[in-house]
Parts: sequence; C-alpha cells; structure tokens
Amino acid sequence: MIVELGHYALVLALVLALVGGTVPFFGALRGDERLMSVASTTAVAQFVFLALSFAALTYAYVASDFSVQNVAENSHSLKPLLYKVTGVWGNHEGSMLLWVLILALFGALVALFSENLPLKLKALVLSVQAWIGVAFLLFILVSSNPFLRLDPAPFEGRDLNPLLQDIGLAIHPPLLYLGYVGCSISFAFAIAALIDGRIDAAWARWVRPWTLTAWCFLTLGISMGSYWAYYELGWGGWWFWDPVENSSFMPWLAATALLHSAIVMEKREALKIWTILLAILTFSLSLLGTFLVRSGVLTSVHAFATDPTRGIFILIILCVFVGGAFALFATRAGTLSQGGLFAPISREGALVLNNLLLTAACATVLVGTLYPLALEALTGEKISVGAPFFDMTFGPMMVPLIIAVPFGPFLAWKRGDIVAAGQRLLFAFGAAMAAVIIGLALMGTPAALALFGVALAIWLMVGSLSEIAFRIKLGRASLGESWRRGAGLPRSAWGTAVAHFGLGVTVLGVVAATAWNSETIVTLKPGEVMSIGDRTLTMDGFVPLSASNYTGTGVRFTVREGGNVVATMEPEKRLYTVPNTPTTEAAIKTFGFSQLYVSLGDVSADGATVVRVYWKTLVTLIWLGTLVMTAGGVLSLSDRRLRVGAPKPSRRSVAVPAE
Amino acid sequence: MRRLLLACALIVSALPAFAVQPDEILKDPALEARARALSIELRCLVCQSQSIDDSDATIARDLRILVRERLEAGDTDEQVKAFLVDRYGEYVLLKPRFTWHTALLWGAPPALLILGGGLAFGLFRRRRSAPATGLTRDEEARVEALLARDD
Repeated sequence: MIVELGHYALVLALVLALVGGTVPFFGALRGDERLMSVASTTAVAQFVFLALSFAALTYAYVASDFSVQNVAENSHSLKPLLYKVTGVWGNHEGSMLLWVLILALFGALVALFSENLPLKLKALVLSVQAWIGVAFLLFILVSSNPFLRLDPAPFEGRDLNPLLQDIGLAIHPPLLYLGYVGCSISFAFAIAALIDGRIDAAWARWVRPWTLTAWCFLTLGISMGSYWAYYELGWGGWWFWDPVENSSFMPWLAATALLHSAIVMEKREALKIWTILLAILTFSLSLLGTFLVRSGVLTSVHAFATDPTRGIFILIILCVFVGGAFALFATRAGTLSQGGLFAPISREGALVLNNLLLTAACATVLVGTLYPLALEALTGEKISVGAPFFDMTFGPMMVPLIIAVPFGPFLAWKRGDIVAAGQRLLFAFGAAMAAVIIGLALMGTPAALALFGVALAIWLMVGSLSEIAFRIKLGRASLGESWRRGAGLPRSAWGTAVAHFGLGVTVLGVVAATAWNSETIVTLKPGEVMSIGDRTLTMDGFVPLSASNYTGTGVRFTVREGGNVVATMEPEKRLYTVPNTPTTEAAIKTFGFSQLYVSLGDVSADGATVVRVYWKTLVTLIWLGTLVMTAGGVLSLSDRRLRVGAPKPSRRSVAVPAE
Repeated sequence: MRRLLLACALIVSALPAFAVQPDEILKDPALEARARALSIELRCLVCQSQSIDDSDATIARDLRILVRERLEAGDTDEQVKAFLVDRYGEYVLLKPRFTWHTALLWGAPPALLILGGGLAFGLFRRRRSAPATGLTRDEEARVEALLARDD
C-alpha cells in the first residue's frame, strides 16, 4: 500500500511539474501576476510529493519488501540498516529518484527563499526548473520505475554489491547530486534571463548564492568520492581520470569558471553574454555526465542501465535542453547590452584569464572523455585515453592558472598595476623560492620537478593570505588595528582567500603524494618484520572476523618507529555471503598529514601473506584542501550582500573596497 | 561515482591475483623501474581506466610479466609498446600515439587555448577601438553643435 502511495505521489509530482512548467510561463509572457504566482506553490508541492515518494521507496528497502522488484534486486534482509537505506540510491532507478528529488528541492528553495526576486523572473526560473523535472520524471516513470512489483515475490533479495556497502555510498552520491543538480538553478536563471531579455548586475547577485551552494556540494562530493576510492580500492590511488570521474569534474571546472565570471558581471556588468553561456554550459555538462553514467554508453560493467532505451531517452533530454538552450542563446544573446570597459591588466582581465584556462581545461577533459567513444562510433577503432594523456594536457594548463591566482585579488577593477601587485607578492615568491632551495639542498636535482610543484603550492597558499595581510595592514599597523580591519573585511574577501589557500593545500598534497610515495610489496609470515622508511611493521597474526553478511580474516600488524610501538593496523579480507564475493579492506593510519596504507593480497596455506605497504607523503592534504576550499565557499556565501532578504547595504559599507 | 572501478575490482578480486606480486619484481632495480613506468601507461584490457600496474586482473598480471620478459630480452620501451600494440591493438595504450586518427585529440587542448586566447585578445582590441564616449556620430555632432553655441 505504502509503495503504491509512493508510486502515486511520483505521478502527482509529474502533473505538478507540468502545471508549474506551463501556467507561470504563460503568466510571465502575458504579464499576468496571478498565473505567475502559481509557480511557487507548484514548486513546493512538487518537492513534497517527491519527498513522499522517496520516503515510500526507503520504507520498502527498510522493511525488505521483496515484492518490489527494485528492492529484491538490490537489497537483502540481513544487510545492516544503514546499507538498506543507502541501497535506495545505490542502483539506477533509486538514484534517478534522488536526482529529481534534489532538483525539486532546489526549486522549492528558490520558491521559498527569494522574496526579493522580481515575480516575472521567479516565475520563469521556476518554470524552467519544472520543465527539467517533467523530462526526468517522465524518464523515471517510462523507463526506470522503482515502484514496479514482482509476482510472485522472492523470499530473499539479491543484495547490493559489497563494495558499495560502505559509508562512502551514504555520503558521496547525495553530495554529488546536490552539486550536479544544483547547477540547474543557474541554468534556469540563464534561460529566464534570455527569455526575459533583461540581464544586469542584480541577476548575477541572485544567481551567485545558488551557484556557490552547488559548487560547495560538488567540491565535497568529488573529494569524498576520491577518498572513498582511495581507501576502498586497495592500491592507494585517488584520481584515475576515469570517464565517470570526469563526468563530475567537468561541471566542477565550468562551475568554478562561472563563479568567477559572475563576479565580473556583478561588479562591473561586463562579460554578461559569457556568463550566461557558462551557466548553460555548466548544467549541460551535468546532463552530459548523467547521460554518460546512466546510459551505459561507457560500455562498462559498472553501468546499471544496460537497456539502450534508457540511454536514448536521456540523450533526447540532453539534446532538447542543451540544443534548446543554445538556440535560445544564439537568437537572444545579441540583444544583451555590452558592459563596462576594462584594460587587459585589471581584475576583470585576471578573471578572463581564469575563465580562459578553466574552460580550456574543461574542454580538454571533455575531448579526452568523448574522443574514444566518437572514434569507435565513426571508425570502429578502439583507443584508450587514460591518465597519462590528462596528466600531459590538463596538468600544464593548471600551471599558469596557479601562477596567476594570487595576482587576481591584488589587481584593481578596470585598470590594474601588475608591478605593484608583484611587489605585494614578493613575500610569497620568497617563500616559494626558499622551499625550492631548501629542497634542492636536501634532495638534490632529481626532485626538481616535484619541488617546482611544491613551490607553486606555497606561492598559492602564501599569496592568497598575502592579500588579506595587505588589506588588514598586518605588520604595518598595530595588531588591534589589523584585527579591527580584518573583522571589517567583507566575508567574500575572506572566502576568496580561504578558497584559494585551500586550492594550494590540495596542490601540495597532490604533488607530495605523487612524488614522495614509497611502496613495498613483500610476502610475510606471522612474526616476520618488514620496513618502510623509518618504520617497521611486524605481522603479529590472523584475527577471524564475522558480521551479519560477511566472514573474513584480519591480519594484525604492529607499527614501530625507532623501537617504540606507534600503532597497530588490521587490514582485512572479507567474504560476503550474498552474493559470494571476496573483498579487501585496507588499513590506514595517519601520521601528521601523511598516511601509512596497508592492504592484503593472497594468503597461502602456510600463512605466508602478500602485503602491500605504502607511505603516502602529505596525502591527506588533497582532501583537507578541498574542505578548506568548501569552507571558503561557505564564508563567501555568508557575505552580507548575498544573505537572503538582507537589506540593501548602506552607502558607507559600499565604500569598503569590494573583494 | 567510483562504481565503475569498484565493479571492475569486484570482478577481478574473485580471481587469485593481486597488482604487482612479489614474485614478479625483477632483480635489476633499473629494469624494474622501467617496467613500472611502462606498466602505468598500459591498460588492463578487462578493466575500465585501470593500468596494468594497478589492476588485480589475471590478464594484467600476464601483461606485467610479458613486459618484464621483453625488457629482460633487451627491448627498448618503444619496442615493448609496439609488441603489445601488435598483439592487443592501440586500445592497450593509455596514452594514445599521435596518428592522424588521434591528431584531433592531441591537437584540441593547444588549439582551444589559442582560440580562446585569440577571442579574449580580440575582445580587448575591439573594446579599445570603440569610441570612449559611447555616443554615436550624430550625437557627437549634436554635442559639438551645442558646445559651439555656448561660445
């Protein structure tokens, strides 16, 4: 009964989306306020019904109702409760339901929290959002319905892939979808502006918090996925340039570019057309990612949807929305007025450079991801485009970007002074050079390339903080004065510095973990000792494991440093009972920012076990840096001018130099 | 979004093998280092986006051993790659070779940068040549007329 109610709520959500996509739209075209005000109601109601529908499916999973096909295929009665719940979105149908739920959530949030938005713009934004909802709800109901029943119902479910029974599945997809789907709001705003034919600085200010929110979630989602793969896959890799990863990385690159170009539009009313284009591109890449992952076009074992009708359905959605958006863009973009003028060396110029490099990098990832598919479709020839290609093309584009980042905030709008900016960054340059000199003295010339990377990271970190130090007159005024100035700086200025600093932290982690990663592969018997760096690992013995849905063996290691015990580690090999699948669980210990990573290979009859031990220098900085970047985003989001319903700033606070 | 890799690992973890086994490692550290560097650029044929260096699959193990055999027989890195391409096709290379089939792939990143840079440069040039007042010629004429009348 509850399942049928969920099914019915899904159909009602589609009807509401249809109403929300048409009535307010015609209201906006005819200037009828009564029709336009329908938008908020339908957006909120659509979210409520989708939430009910999602709750009904969750109920079926928790209650292990195997008469529901989706539950029978992806769950098991003995599975721990957490994984019964996360199993809801650990499959194609359920994850599409989560997708539309989040889409509706963003629609409802716009409906509820933007009283200061002009009614016409709001109606148009919400109807575009409703159209996307219609497309994906139809997709779910026609080809991916999670509420279909089975008759007769099986006694037991087929269980979820054991590798997906992890806390990572609880967190990673929802975060990623919040980011991915959140990009739909800036898309809806762009389409609304094109239809309306009006776009100004206020538009950029309204879009910014939504883009920033989506960006924060996307950053966290990608980072979380990276850490999940790192600890789950057992060889300590954290980024693979896999097409599925690229699908989430491309919208991130585009959204990052969008955040920066929207600043130019907000402050200077320039780059309007480009900003609109980026907003369209960002969501188009999200849709493309959904298509690549959901359609099975990557011909991979992982794809849940092997049925080609689904792929074609999503492809049609993709073509209609992307094609429609670009057609609208092509016809309307010319009517948008040109913005303020600026010299190449200026804040605007720096942000244009940022956009140039980010979009070129994004396009490189796009070409690398789609090229093998296109070549195979056109010529039948199969090639691989893997990590070495992206390292060679994407990497070099990031170097000038990283060098340029600290300059940006030091340049004035309209016309900047690059020499003065350089002087203010002398300290950061000195810090980077000092690191190179010390490194060369300690490690010699073979480390030169890695040290160049370290220098870039330090330049970025110190350079980002230099801007704050300069603005609060650190060292040039009393500490009290600096503190007062710091507190008076707009939150967005802090956000910029913190986010750029976080990028530096991530770069440092990437460079160090790549260059100073040591690895030892040995066969050990209980009682034997191996060493890695300054540490030794003693294999103490085997520990039997058992849980509700797996059995296994752990191997206990004692880690010693200079004779003292510093840690014990217990990597595992598990055998899941349903389905009968062995997995390995690595053991990880963090020392400072570095990690010791131990995973198990084969165990022979006499107890000799293959052990892989890695020392990953500063590897945690990769993910800590993304947390810092997200914190920067949140700080910027809390800026007074973006706060929902905040009154217009007074004249005096406008006089504070912005960003 | 790791499901692809996870699923690959899942399939191959059922097989009794593990990425780079102790018994595969060559005695000569220089040769072993070359083998590792080569392995990173070679694809595990049954996996998605995994190199044979990372993969647990049996075929990856076979390829790792093959690479080491060729290196011990005195092949250069290029000869090893050519040997594998002959057997398994271009698909085995994670870094595609530059041919006219991949020219667009390798050419795209620099071409995009140059194109984007050109567009941005064009923007600045057009902006600079635009009249600073933002008035049309007629309007300027009227302004001049008005100013002249004041004299």
